[in-house]
Amino acid sequence: MGLEGHDPLKNGFLTTRLDALLAWARKNSLWPMPMGISCCAIEMMAVVDPRFDLSRFGSEVMRFSPRQCDVMIVAGTVTYKMARVVKKIYDQMPDPKWVISMGACASSGGMFRSYAVVQGIDQFLPVDVYVAGCPPRPENLMNALLMLQKKIAEGETGPRKPVHIDEKVG
Amino acid sequence: MEQQSTYRSKILAALENQDTSVIFDDTLENAMVLNMGPQHPATHGVLRLLLRLDGETVIKAVPDLGYLHRGYEKIAENTTYHEFIPHTDRLDYLSPLSNNVAYTLAVEKLAGIEAPPRAQYIRVIVSEMARIASHLVAVGSMGLDVGAVTILLWTFREREKLLDILDILTGARFTSSYARIGGVMQDLTDECIAALRSFLDQFPAKLDECTGLLNKNRIFIDRCDGVGVISKEDAIAIGLTGPNLRGAGVANDVRRDEPYLVYDQLDFDVITVEGGDALARYHVRVREMKESVRIIYQALDKLPKGPILAYDKPKRVLPQKERIYTKMEELIHDFMLVNFGINPPVGEIYQPFEAPKGELGFYIYSNGSGYPWRMKIRSPSFVNIQSIPIVLKGAMISDIVAVIGSLDPVMGDADK
Amino acid sequence: MTYDEILKGVTAKFPSSVISSNIYRGELTMVIRKSDIIQVCEFLKNECSFDALRDLFGLDMNTPIDRFFVAYNLYSLATRRRIRLKVPVDEKDLNVPTVTSIWSAANFHEREAYDMFGINFTGHPDLRRIYMPEDFEYFPLRKDFPLMGIPDSIPLPKK
Repeated sequence: MGLEGHDPLKNGFLTTRLDALLAWARKNSLWPMPMGISCCAIEMMAVVDPRFDLSRFGSEVMRFSPRQCDVMIVAGTVTYKMARVVKKIYDQMPDPKWVISMGACASSGGMFRSYAVVQGIDQFLPVDVYVAGCPPRPENLMNALLMLQKKIAEGETGPRKPVHIDEKVG
Repeated sequence: MEQQSTYRSKILAALENQDTSVIFDDTLENAMVLNMGPQHPATHGVLRLLLRLDGETVIKAVPDLGYLHRGYEKIAENTTYHEFIPHTDRLDYLSPLSNNVAYTLAVEKLAGIEAPPRAQYIRVIVSEMARIASHLVAVGSMGLDVGAVTILLWTFREREKLLDILDILTGARFTSSYARIGGVMQDLTDECIAALRSFLDQFPAKLDECTGLLNKNRIFIDRCDGVGVISKEDAIAIGLTGPNLRGAGVANDVRRDEPYLVYDQLDFDVITVEGGDALARYHVRVREMKESVRIIYQALDKLPKGPILAYDKPKRVLPQKERIYTKMEELIHDFMLVNFGINPPVGEIYQPFEAPKGELGFYIYSNGSGYPWRMKIRSPSFVNIQSIPIVLKGAMISDIVAVIGSLDPVMGDADK
Repeated sequence: MTYDEILKGVTAKFPSSVISSNIYRGELTMVIRKSDIIQVCEFLKNECSFDALRDLFGLDMNTPIDRFFVAYNLYSLATRRRIRLKVPVDEKDLNVPTVTSIWSAANFHEREAYDMFGINFTGHPDLRRIYMPEDFEYFPLRKDFPLMGIPDSIPLPKK
């Protein structure tokens, strides 16, 4: 991103400081796009209520317009009919963007092994963090957001290899 | 091309006649088609509404469902009766415990067994707690949809206290799979009863605080009064049930008309409000929460001692864990029940239940094996959404969210 | 009105329509011939005050003749009684007259029965699929449709 092409010293002092500054700014203001489809959406609503406040980590508002968001939280079972809609909304988000797959249904189809359910959204979307649970507790979703922030601070600008949920957040 | 030439000739003719006001039929048809898509902040889930608008007035509204169709009925034909209990949690996901109770009641009716009295009282308590939780979300999101953001945060605060009690009781905050065929999973401990009583003691005052924001609020009343009106005959004909039907003036409640569990021994009122508009439905939900508090107090006072699972019916009910590990018969029964399912007699039943959204019914046709041959879930939200075209006739665009909020559909229920 | 009275009333008025009936666990079920379903439903709505249609669905019994059934769940608000009607439908002739003119609640339910089983309701104002996408070619709840579906029957967006 930015100045690598222009600066003769590729990993020079100026570019790495600028990268770190941009990464710090990006990770502390991740506005989520809530793709709340089913039961996990209720736990996502519970994450923003006064008890498990999510806005203290920078996710101040949940904007429902994809053009204003950084991270899409897919919460709920994605069916084949809904998959086209999810992909359309994902395409409308501006770069850099990340995806959190919340819950068992979004990560792998969950308990619904049937003709209408996509067995995991990574069949058509690149995913950064998978959150296990049915539904995951709100603290679990906050852990996932912090893990994503750590990943961004290390310099990832887009989805690369996903982070395992057991890794401790620094 | 033809259109252009007819327009041109019309213009020329008008100019020749010095008549400069010409009316064109069918230029834009004066009606706009708006898609209120599946991803929308205020459609309570993935509901898609196609609206034909004349300016700001809705001429026709067509709901489009199926974005959350997970194939429950097909899954039910391939799982045993016990294995389907966690699936019923995810139907109406705002009140998962009442779905569990409804399903186990249906299976018990089919198998011909009855839960012991303590389990029945616990089921009543848990269903009413689920009703309070669901109505809190309904009232909160109705307020949020018309613009009052504070009330959502306050009702969610109350809901968090309730979910803490459910956490102690069942082990999970939310989708708990608490009911079993023949009773319930875990007993109601004294710590839980004390926590429940202290919650109920402070709840009516907090509820009054929350609804005090809306009841006399000029803006809320203007946005909801007279909006989304449905008449009594239309409501019965279109199949509405639950708070939506009682908000239209029809006193119909499954708990009183066809009593199940121990509702015939408890004293409660059926809340009916005349009017049929969004404000009436809101008032029905608020007052129903207070009735639920009354019911839970009575059930807690009358709670008998005893077992929580019908252990005297070993071929239908899972035995106790300590006996499975030590006695031979219980081990065999457990093996058969888990692998092959309970084998109810051949026949079909339908069990209605008063869920927070309306009448939830399970129709099960059994052919004698451990898997149901056909299970049909009569979901209340599916039928409530059917009434949207009638209720929205002649409304403005900004009334749509108030109306949908007052009908309170849940897409997990409607799409099955 | 008790169940016996309802049964007597229907069999007296429509003797050739009722194929069989039984009462199991306190519920009355009547099997009605397909061609007479509209008259029986009108009689039940007007005379016996069954003014609410609570449920309408299809059943696949997987038998060579009369493979499908359409079941109607009626409720009377005045007398608080429930009754179930079943109509046998053969696989070769999947047309059933619609009851949307009697109870408008049947609209979405009949669309669902069409979507899941392929039963065609003649006279329905808007018979199209409701749960599956419009261009889906199969009927999911039939017994010969596999649980995991047919691969590539609904296209998935590309990554």
